[in-house]
Amino acid sequence: MDNMHLDQHISQQYNADLEHLRSALLEMGGLVEDQLSDAIEALQAADRSMAEKVLQAEQTVNMREVTLDAECTDVIARRHPAASDLRLVMIVIKAVRDLERVGDESSKIARMAIELSEHKQPDSEGYIEIRHLSSNVQKMLYAALDAFARFDVRAAIKVMRDDRYIDREYKSAMREMVTQMMEDPRSISRVLHVMWALRSLERVGDHARNIAEHVIYLVRGTDVRHVSLEEIEQHLDEFDQD
Amino acid sequence: MNDPGSKSQPTAEGELPRVRQLASLSGLRARSTSPQTVGAPFVDQAKFSLRGVNVHYDGKQAVCNVSMDIAANEVIAMIGPSGCGKSTLLRCLNRMNDTIEDCRVEGRLELDGEDIYGPRLDVVPLRARVGMVFQSPNPFPKSIYQNVAYGPSIHGLARRRSEMDEIVETSLRRAGLWREVKDRLNQAGTSLSGGQQQRLCIARTIAVSPEVILMDEPCSALDPIATANIEDLIAELSDNFTIAIVTHSMQQAARVSSRTAYFHQGNLIEVNDTRKVFTTPDHELTEAYITGRLGQV
Repeated sequence: MDNMHLDQHISQQYNADLEHLRSALLEMGGLVEDQLSDAIEALQAADRSMAEKVLQAEQTVNMREVTLDAECTDVIARRHPAASDLRLVMIVIKAVRDLERVGDESSKIARMAIELSEHKQPDSEGYIEIRHLSSNVQKMLYAALDAFARFDVRAAIKVMRDDRYIDREYKSAMREMVTQMMEDPRSISRVLHVMWALRSLERVGDHARNIAEHVIYLVRGTDVRHVSLEEIEQHLDEFDQD
Repeated sequence: MNDPGSKSQPTAEGELPRVRQLASLSGLRARSTSPQTVGAPFVDQAKFSLRGVNVHYDGKQAVCNVSMDIAANEVIAMIGPSGCGKSTLLRCLNRMNDTIEDCRVEGRLELDGEDIYGPRLDVVPLRARVGMVFQSPNPFPKSIYQNVAYGPSIHGLARRRSEMDEIVETSLRRAGLWREVKDRLNQAGTSLSGGQQQRLCIARTIAVSPEVILMDEPCSALDPIATANIEDLIAELSDNFTIAIVTHSMQQAARVSSRTAYFHQGNLIEVNDTRKVFTTPDHELTEAYITGRLGQV
């Protein structure tokens, strides 16, 4: 049971294949993060041209999804990955889908930005809620990708905890929007667009949470989907004590 | 837009570069480095029970203090790099090592609670109860019929020709070979193809109604189609027999077995459900082997 040099596969090419999957996923994550922040900026500044740029970027993100899926299929077919390698390939396939959905939500926000740009009221009601929620959601997505890059289970759990906060914030923002519509029925059409944008941001939070769940599965081999946060933390504490 | 490193993220502290610090992929490997066997080596209803088994060849230790159970009607795969002791241990289970000079087996090996290395144990009935299929198909230079009938006749399992015919047919059917050979039972066993010969050897093994079948790399000389046939056969046979299979093909172990035992340098490192071994192994040596990180040691 001496110290083995286990860091490397016997096949260097296999090592390179897996490293490539990881870096390609993070690169796609970077593109999606940019897409999201541009969409939010377009919404807040009522900037139509920025929103159109976001819609164009969707093509690139979609292509990345297709390419990465094909590369994962290739690794499975050629290498028959097992154990942590298998888990890595599996979660890349899943995380790619989550990132692509974040891209979709960003595009939806961009479409709302285009609609809202016609109202020419960038500083009107609802934008404070968007600013607040979007800033937290962006941090969450960043943290989820960071947890993946570092294989950091504790950071992933924090993302999952943050998602609860996002959900609460979203609900309170929605209540605020309903109040605004009741107070000023003329604003209904505009506020509805803001609500759709808030909804998209909340969904981005859910995808970041999914990525965090994938990280826990990758590192610990435990599938934590549909498990309460308390149970996950208890399980991981027991695991750490083993 | 095309350079994800060019943008910064909003954070409490201000701006952070997008270039992420990457953990090494090796950080994902299983955590246990225990010198003890990890996982679940013991079961409630053991067919074979091994405790503290050591095997020496000519003074060199090939198997070190192995303790594990083999459950009734399970397919257990034994995997590990060359020279890890898996075949040696398999051969202990029906005392095939008795024929090797300077081979010394210590420890306790029980079949249904009976010590198979006990002084009063007769190895001939033991080998009828624990049959073996080898790497290369090795039919006797006799007819297909006689290959299967040989075991039952020396063990006196058939009194009449009709009984023997029935044993031969049943065994060939169970080995999935009957339809292919029923019209040429008098042809030489060696006239069959490699895959058919191996199934003939399996038919020969099951003709004496063993309880356990040991398989030492039974498919390594076969093509993928013959291999698939044998693997299907293993799944069917596991309804009635306990099967221990040594294989170099990890995919084969993953496909056919319900539990997997990983050996390394004579030590039993891990025994676990096959699904667990191939998705989340407990020991880092198991992980290293099945993911192709461990070379010849």
